[in-house]
Amino acid sequence: MKGTPEILVYGYGNPGRQDDALGVLLAESIEPWARENQLHHIHTECNYQLNIEDAHKISFFDIVIFADASKENIDGYSYTVLEPSAKTDFTMHAVSPAFILSLCNQIYNKYPLAFLLHIKGFDWQFMQKMTSGATKNLNDALCFLKEILLKNNNFKVCA
Amino acid sequence: MGQKITIEPVTRVEGHGKVTIHLDNEGNIEQTRLHIVEFRGFERFVQGRPYWEMPVLVQRLCGICPVSHHLAAAKALDVIVGAGTGESLTPTGEKMRRLMHYGQIFQSHTLHFFHLASPDLLFGIDADPLKRNVIHIAKVNRDLAVQAVMMRKYGQEVIQATAGKKIHGTGAIPGGINKHLTEEERDFLIKGDDYMNIDKMIEWSLAAVEFFKDFHKKNKEIIDGFVEFPSSYLSLVRKDGALDLYHGVLRAVDAQGKKILHDVDYQEYYKYIDEEVRSWSYMKFPYLKEIGKKTGWYTVGPLARMNTIDFIDTPLAQKEFEAFRAYNHGKPSHKPMHFHWARLIEILHSAEKIKSLLYDPDLMEGELVKKGNKQYEGVGLIEAPRGTLFHHYKIDDNDQIVMANLIVSTTNNNQPMNEAVKHVATKIMTGKKEITEGMMNAVEVAIRAYDPCLSCATHALGQMPLEISLYDHQNQLIDKKIKQ
Repeated sequence: MKGTPEILVYGYGNPGRQDDALGVLLAESIEPWARENQLHHIHTECNYQLNIEDAHKISFFDIVIFADASKENIDGYSYTVLEPSAKTDFTMHAVSPAFILSLCNQIYNKYPLAFLLHIKGFDWQFMQKMTSGATKNLNDALCFLKEILLKNNNFKVCA
Repeated sequence: MGQKITIEPVTRVEGHGKVTIHLDNEGNIEQTRLHIVEFRGFERFVQGRPYWEMPVLVQRLCGICPVSHHLAAAKALDVIVGAGTGESLTPTGEKMRRLMHYGQIFQSHTLHFFHLASPDLLFGIDADPLKRNVIHIAKVNRDLAVQAVMMRKYGQEVIQATAGKKIHGTGAIPGGINKHLTEEERDFLIKGDDYMNIDKMIEWSLAAVEFFKDFHKKNKEIIDGFVEFPSSYLSLVRKDGALDLYHGVLRAVDAQGKKILHDVDYQEYYKYIDEEVRSWSYMKFPYLKEIGKKTGWYTVGPLARMNTIDFIDTPLAQKEFEAFRAYNHGKPSHKPMHFHWARLIEILHSAEKIKSLLYDPDLMEGELVKKGNKQYEGVGLIEAPRGTLFHHYKIDDNDQIVMANLIVSTTNNNQPMNEAVKHVATKIMTGKKEITEGMMNAVEVAIRAYDPCLSCATHALGQMPLEISLYDHQNQLIDKKIKQ
């Protein structure tokens, strides 16, 4: 990686289903923050879910941080390194971040350093208002991510 | 000893469902059922909301085909705001929506063929599940995988240019559309680099049809011999009988191709179509009233459309349609694997339509919205990628929704998918004592041909592993397999 790495924060989920919006809201919060702080190497993307065309998208970045809501039993949020994997879930109208990395590698012979920021959610009904617990987790995850983005060296530590 | 075999949930279809196959004492297929846990709460959820929210709100139903719901709802509300139905909008309003819709069909069909269907064809039904995906396609045929990725991306770009954004697009509004296509957007879609241009999309769409036809020629048993059963078919058609994925009249044909629903106005769909509730499934079973519950079921989607229409109004797709019809001797095709062929013809048609629209000046200027006198009820139908999608709303004096009825494409295909499971199970599982990976996948391949969106039908969230359970005649579990 030479110079300042090009970073993509990619949030996905359905904002119409309460806490499933967590990933999207995180990316949407990072976008103006990066602009205000003139962090021109930080880019954002949002979608309902990941799909095969994202392999092309991420091929242009050095680092990709996928942000998603999580039902898992985690403490607020978790931040882990992603490795490529060809394993598919049964719902193949959407694919996992690891699958996207693997497809990117297969097609373009490269893939970015990637992380998964999982933010714990609690409720998934048809409404746009998030639960208070998810809102707190989102704020905590945002603080964590902003700190990391301001200190690119941390990527090396995490990786 | 009777046995019940459960395949749960179905892999590589959206949402979740399970298949139960009941064997009798001799190991013959006694009964098969595709169970889908349909959640109908959405129709209640929208009640009391202002009608103009619907085109955005209904997209929450599904992350797979939000554009289809967006447009079907907008079409229903066109009637409510007094703008009339499809052809009554302003030229800009109608054409921008059409462009959005063809983008959706293009990307959705592309995903299904390259990512879900082609691995089964290329590597075989018995192949390792880890190989039956687009990554393995990339290993053996990189160009094909690149095409899949870039065609999907192109379709998404068309959607973004017309709907305004990828999530909860706002392009279609009651009575029309809220934006023109900009010159920059148009030029990008016509002559973008890195493959992102419409001529390359048409070239690749043609190549995909040729790929399928070549495979079909060499593997007739897989495509034609997999399973076949008679069905009626239903779709919108243009008033002159042409394929029209955005607007038209309702037509149904029987298994011989004879019209049984004669190009009727879909505003009165409820006069012709009803939904049956069965005790063992949450998902309803639509049927043609005149034929009756038992035999009035019908198939929707790409294959249905190739079986109902008279012609296609774009030259390249028309040529392929003629070949399709000739192969089936001018009669409806009853082979679910022909869904793939039909889907590819529609990819080509959509690409041709997109090109035609991109050169149409109406998209860049002209009135966006048409207004009229308020109505209290409206129906919007669209040919979604997976088939005919119904949205029906009633409002009160306060402009609030008081009734909503949605019949999604996958619900329309409920009985056909059950029939497909029954025929495949009878063919490959009769007399068998164990369920192999190949057998399991054969059942799934049959269901996948319909490209069901169980997310729409069930509004499911989350993921589950594949679970296979084997029960004896007393419903005692005697075997269980889980595919993570």
